[in-house]
Parts: sequence; structure tokens; C-alpha cells
Amino acid sequence: MPTITLIESNGTEHMLTGQNGQSIMQAALNAMIPGIQGDCGGACSCATCHAFVDENWVSVLPKMEDTESDMLDFASERQDNSRLTCQLTLDESMDGMVLRLPESQY
Amino acid sequence: MSLSSVTIVGAGQAGFQVAASLRQGGFEGKISLIGDEPDLPYQRPPLSKAYMLGKIKRENLAFRPETFFQEQNIELIHDTAVEIDRQNRRVVLKNGEACDYEHLVLATGAHNRPLALPGEDLNGVFGIKTLADADALSPAVKTARNVVVIGAGFIGLEFAAIAVQSANVHVIDMGQRAMARAISQEMSEVFEDTHRECGVTFHFNQGVNRLVGNQGKVTGVEKADGETLEADLVVYGIGVIPNITLASEAGLHIENGIKVDSDLLTNDPQISAIGDVACFPCVHNEGQPTRIESVPNAMDQARAVAARLLGNPSPFTSVPWFWTDQGSLKLQIAGLSTGFDTTVTLGAPESRQFSVLCFRKGHFVAVEACNRPGDHLAGKKILARPPELTSTEASAEGFDLREWEKEHRG
Repeated sequence: MPTITLIESNGTEHMLTGQNGQSIMQAALNAMIPGIQGDCGGACSCATCHAFVDENWVSVLPKMEDTESDMLDFASERQDNSRLTCQLTLDESMDGMVLRLPESQY
Repeated sequence: MSLSSVTIVGAGQAGFQVAASLRQGGFEGKISLIGDEPDLPYQRPPLSKAYMLGKIKRENLAFRPETFFQEQNIELIHDTAVEIDRQNRRVVLKNGEACDYEHLVLATGAHNRPLALPGEDLNGVFGIKTLADADALSPAVKTARNVVVIGAGFIGLEFAAIAVQSANVHVIDMGQRAMARAISQEMSEVFEDTHRECGVTFHFNQGVNRLVGNQGKVTGVEKADGETLEADLVVYGIGVIPNITLASEAGLHIENGIKVDSDLLTNDPQISAIGDVACFPCVHNEGQPTRIESVPNAMDQARAVAARLLGNPSPFTSVPWFWTDQGSLKLQIAGLSTGFDTTVTLGAPESRQFSVLCFRKGHFVAVEACNRPGDHLAGKKILARPPELTSTEASAEGFDLREWEKEHRG
């Protein structure tokens, strides 16, 4: 069960323990972490589960598919380290990872 | 104003989201969520898609695990609400008990329009609305050889795209083209072509006389033209009917669903209605009473009601949006294209990566994006606020919706 840290735009930190195989989006929703919306339930259709991956962890993650990248172009404040958390499936390699959340998902 | 208790009837997407948003917003009163299905509240969209393919497991359909409801102190009542006693502000349950409310949210959803045809009760005939429906249908798909889908809407075609991977599939529809009520002709054509390439046969402008069977099991579908298509599995998706009985018997105004104002309140200020069952004045449809069947609408309305109950009211103005995944095609629609008169196509339809912009009386009203998620999100943002995109601008050589949105971002 990997534990990651999510940091809201106001600086509030949340330690989040999820199950292997679960998306970070779902784990964040289960823990009621503010700032992750997940409007489409994880179908990569809405870009409301956007997060910035700490630079040291970007290379650990699987490469993003075109759909995710296209969606992110219109997420608020896209950066090089932006990802949609519905497309990130938790595994042990992510234990200790840090993600920052944008001010708004819309 | 500080509420002590909120009762929600309907534990689908809308009802569940009200409970979650209330707690997320710091609501400390009692929350009762009444649902008439046995499972934890769950997502419906995967039922006709990923769940049918076995890509999503049953336990992952739940919005949240059981512990969430305990930790958040959300009382989940698995029973049917049979009466709203407005005088005494309580909801009577089938088991005879009652649930008091200070504010009541009706999120009763909709049920499948029945086939209403001879033979509809034969074994092997399915609708897809609930998890129980999907669980019954899923094993039948694996063994079916000849599948007939009645209704070429989102649900029927999502299912056809899955069934055609292992069976012969015929799709029958009364209309002239695929998803005719929801999308433009240009978009319909691409979806039809893609389904045909996968092996689906369409029968448009065609009604159904009856389902035929042998020893209680469906064996065929007799079309209005007299031809009988062989079938060992029939799935229908011919629209839904809002679940209004509870509201109507309680004297709430009904108009194509439960009628609400721009705050999503019924004619009883202690009762809101949201989601598939609610008919509201939609600013994206010229203020006309509008009922929208979609997950994003359910979530947005749930959040709006939760915000109001927490003391932050604002009229509901979210841009409606929809999506469907059919085989290799992902269609995302933002806005309501009702009554559009002009379209502008961006990209080449043959590439299956293109968008159709819909205009009504010169106003940009909707974007249909096929495998172009950037256009979807750009269009959704443009529809949400000024400046308005004109069809003249959109028709210009080399027009790029995403670039336009970026240039006109406030």
C-alpha cells in the first residue's frame, strides 16, 4: 500500500495511502481530499483531476497517452509536470511521491 | 441558516454527490441517503462499456468504499421511498419506517422506457440501467451469436461496439441515423461507418413488430417490414422516463420531470430536485425548461444544491456536457445543440479526429468532438463565458478552436 503526499494550492498537505491498482484520483476522492474533482469517474473525459508531479518523480510514472495530453492542454495552468490522476495507477514504485494540486480544476 | 438534517432520495450520481459535497463543505448535520438498490452507490457509465468488457471490477464501480459512509457519517438506507409527507417533513419508506428532513433532495433519476412489445418478457431480452441489469447481461454476451440492439442511441451503440467483438450484431432504430436526437448528421455518419467496419448492420427508419421466441427464450426480432432477424440476445435502449411518481403524489409541480427553478428548488422551498429527474430553466437552452440525462449535469447540480444548503447560493449555469466511448471513437459533446441550423466541421471526418461546431441563429451552442479532447475542453470553456465565437470566425481557413480559446481567455 503506497503512501503519497498531495499538497493543496494553499499549502495544506495530505498523506494518502491507497491500494495498488487503484487510481490516485479514486484514492484522493475516497479520502475527501479537496481539489480533486473526478467529474467523469476516471474515463479521461473531463480533466478535473489534474495534479503537478514533483520533478523527481516525473520519470517514475508511465508515459502519458495522447488523449491525456490533449485534455491537459485545456486543464487550468498546465505545466511540464502536469498529469491527470485518473490515469495514474498506484503501485509500490510511487511510495513517497509528492503531487501538488492546482488552485482550480476548471 | 444552519440546517440540522438533509435527506436525499436516490443514491445515484446526483444523490451521492450531494451527500459527499455537503460533508466536504463542512456540513455537520444528519445526512440520510435513500437508495432502492442493494449495492453501495455506484457509477453507471461503465455498465455499458468497461464493466461489460471486464475491464472494471464490480468493487471498483462504487463511488466510495463502505468505510467512507461510516467515516463521513452518511446514513445509507437501502429501501424504497414510498411517500413524501410534506406536512410533517418526512419521507415514508416501504418498510414502514420514516425519515425526517429539514431539507429534502429528490434525485430519483429515470428508468428505461419499456419496449412495450409482444415478447418483451422472453428470456434473453435486456435493458441496461442498473448493476443488476449489467450482471445479468454480461454472461449472455459471452455466449451470444446473434445480437439485435433496439435503439441506436448512446447506450445501444456502446453495447453494440462490445457485442460485435464476438457476435453478429444488428441495430434497429425508428430514426434515420445513429444518435439522431443527440448529434449532427456529419457526426452520425462517422459513427455509422465505424460501426459498419466492425461488422454492425444498421436498420434505420424501422420499427419492431414483436419479439419471437421458443420455449420462453428469444429467437428473433420481427421488424415492421416483416423481416425477422435471428437473435439469441436482444438489448434495448430506447430512452428513459423520469421517476416522478413520488414527487407528483406529493403535489410537486411536474413538467417533463420535476419542475425546479434556477436554484433547483421545487415549488416547495424545503425540497430540491436534481439530476436526470429535474427539469430546470437552462441558460444554455435560451432559458427553456430542460431536463438533462448526464453524469456531469448530475454532479454539477448536486454541487450547486450542496453549496446553497451550506449558505452559498448561486443560480445554476454550468455548461452541459456528455461523453460516449464506442470502440475506437471517443465522442465528447459540450453544450446543447437543440435546434441548431448551421455547422462548421474542423478536421477531416475520414481521419476520425474531427469536431463539429453547432450554431443556432448565429450563436455558438455546442461542440461535438470526436477523438479531439482538446476541442471539447476549449469549446466548453468558450460556451461558459464571453466573448462569443461566431460562425464566420469558425469558418475561416485554418481556424483552430484551441488557439481561439487561448487567444480569448480572460
